[in-house]
Amino acid sequence: MTARERSERTLRGRVAVVGIGETTYYRHGESPDPEFKLALKAILAACADAGIDSRDIDGFSSYSDDRNEASRLAAALGTHRLRTAMMQWGGGGGGCCAAVANAAASIVAGLADCVVVFRALAQGQFGRFGQAGAVDMISGEKAYLMPYGVLAPPQRFAMRVQRYMHEHGVRQEAQRAIALASYHHAQANPRAVMHGKPLDADKYDASRWIVEPFHLYDCCMENDGAAAIVLVSEERASEFRHKPAYLLGAAVGSGHRAAATAHNATLYAGASFDTVAPDLYRMARVGPSDVGVVQCYENFTGGVVMALAEHGFFRPEDANAFLTVENLIAPSGRLPLNTSGGNLAECYMHGFELVLEAVRQVRGMSTCQAERSDVAMVIGGPMVTPVSNLILGSKAAL
Amino acid sequence: MSLPYLPAGLPVPVSEADGLSAPYWAGLRENRLLVQRCAHCRTWQFGPEWLCHHCHAFDPAWTDVEPRGRIFSWERVWHPSHAALKQHGSYIAVLVELPEAGNVRMVGNLLGDPMQTVTIGADVEGVFEHHPEAAPSFSLLQWRLRGAV
Repeated sequence: MTARERSERTLRGRVAVVGIGETTYYRHGESPDPEFKLALKAILAACADAGIDSRDIDGFSSYSDDRNEASRLAAALGTHRLRTAMMQWGGGGGGCCAAVANAAASIVAGLADCVVVFRALAQGQFGRFGQAGAVDMISGEKAYLMPYGVLAPPQRFAMRVQRYMHEHGVRQEAQRAIALASYHHAQANPRAVMHGKPLDADKYDASRWIVEPFHLYDCCMENDGAAAIVLVSEERASEFRHKPAYLLGAAVGSGHRAAATAHNATLYAGASFDTVAPDLYRMARVGPSDVGVVQCYENFTGGVVMALAEHGFFRPEDANAFLTVENLIAPSGRLPLNTSGGNLAECYMHGFELVLEAVRQVRGMSTCQAERSDVAMVIGGPMVTPVSNLILGSKAAL
Repeated sequence: MSLPYLPAGLPVPVSEADGLSAPYWAGLRENRLLVQRCAHCRTWQFGPEWLCHHCHAFDPAWTDVEPRGRIFSWERVWHPSHAALKQHGSYIAVLVELPEAGNVRMVGNLLGDPMQTVTIGADVEGVFEHHPEAAPSFSLLQWRLRGAV
């Protein structure tokens, strides 16, 4: 590292993912294990993948109010000491990359040496996102929405996508292509909940509306499971079993008044990456054409359309032409997307399964390996705030 | 008075414990639409906040607004996400922008046929929907196409 690089405020090349692990992924409510046990299983699997003793973990990072707190994990695992414990504000998977960024920042700043980033969900144990709970009264932002039947995420986000489709002439087929690509990739992935359950255009078109413009297959699954990664500084990255996946960049946040209630964001018809995507490219020192493969959080396929456009892969007006199944599938589509099946067809691990898949791409170990995978992007939680994203790369990409 | 657009049993809107939105909900019960407008810089603001986001004057004034706007976006909901909606069938939610109030937006339902074609940009007017039997009682602001009966 040069003196200039050392003095630069960046995460670029400073940390690497050296271990990944996940539990079996279950349909919601079908995990035989409670959520905390799922978290432990994923963390131990990630440590085994790296070839490290889990007692050497000295930090934990998560997001979206994960219930499995760092101190309990440290006690359960018998870690020698705990040095950092981070929770990213915000829900909806917007923090799936921010949690990695926060862990990376703590390592670069010397607060910790070996940080686990994870997410665990057991919806059978704790309830689903797709159904509004039995509350009698509501205040705050939801008070302007729930009495009108705008209750759960599908209804909260459909109007954003509808407006975007109106402004830019995006057709339903663009959303469909994203769903078909995820299902296509899941058929090669034995971990995927939808493995062995292929989807074609006719089945998509015939599926019921959840809320226009979202068909059933435009909406993420709800699942039980856990996923984790192990992050260390670049100095140690080559000590472990697998090829390191270096963090080239990460960014977090949202634009002007993105959280203005209710549906009063300045830039309403968007995925919240208008300011965040340029930050990511600046830190990573790459542009859209350098990115070989993308994992983009599908809460709803319409969010993916907007997020990919905001990351510069196509202009909104060109979404229909760009978003075809042929363009989105590995190995040689223009932009292989969600190569594990993602939230739609691998597992809704609140987007953290996407981070693990990006690591596999950089390692060259995906079940749907992209031809160009030295620079792999993850985009977290379109349309929420804060959102986050990251780019991983091989040593060659540094 | 006509029946409410959606069945009873959905969460009842109430002000936050600190009273931030209390004037808004109280206004609806009196057939008044109140939106914050900063007395200092005249910026409109919705939903409410304790501070004007433009000039940072505290406590933007609650100001009467004619409930007129145009459809900014919409959705037709099919899947019931609440027990109260299980037998109800589809319904329409609209996002309405208010050109007479700085283009602030608010969510409501579009009255009429749930299968109607919805046009972004269409002019709408507000209809106050009162729920005196609810505990606590409350009122909503619904929308219908301007000129519709």
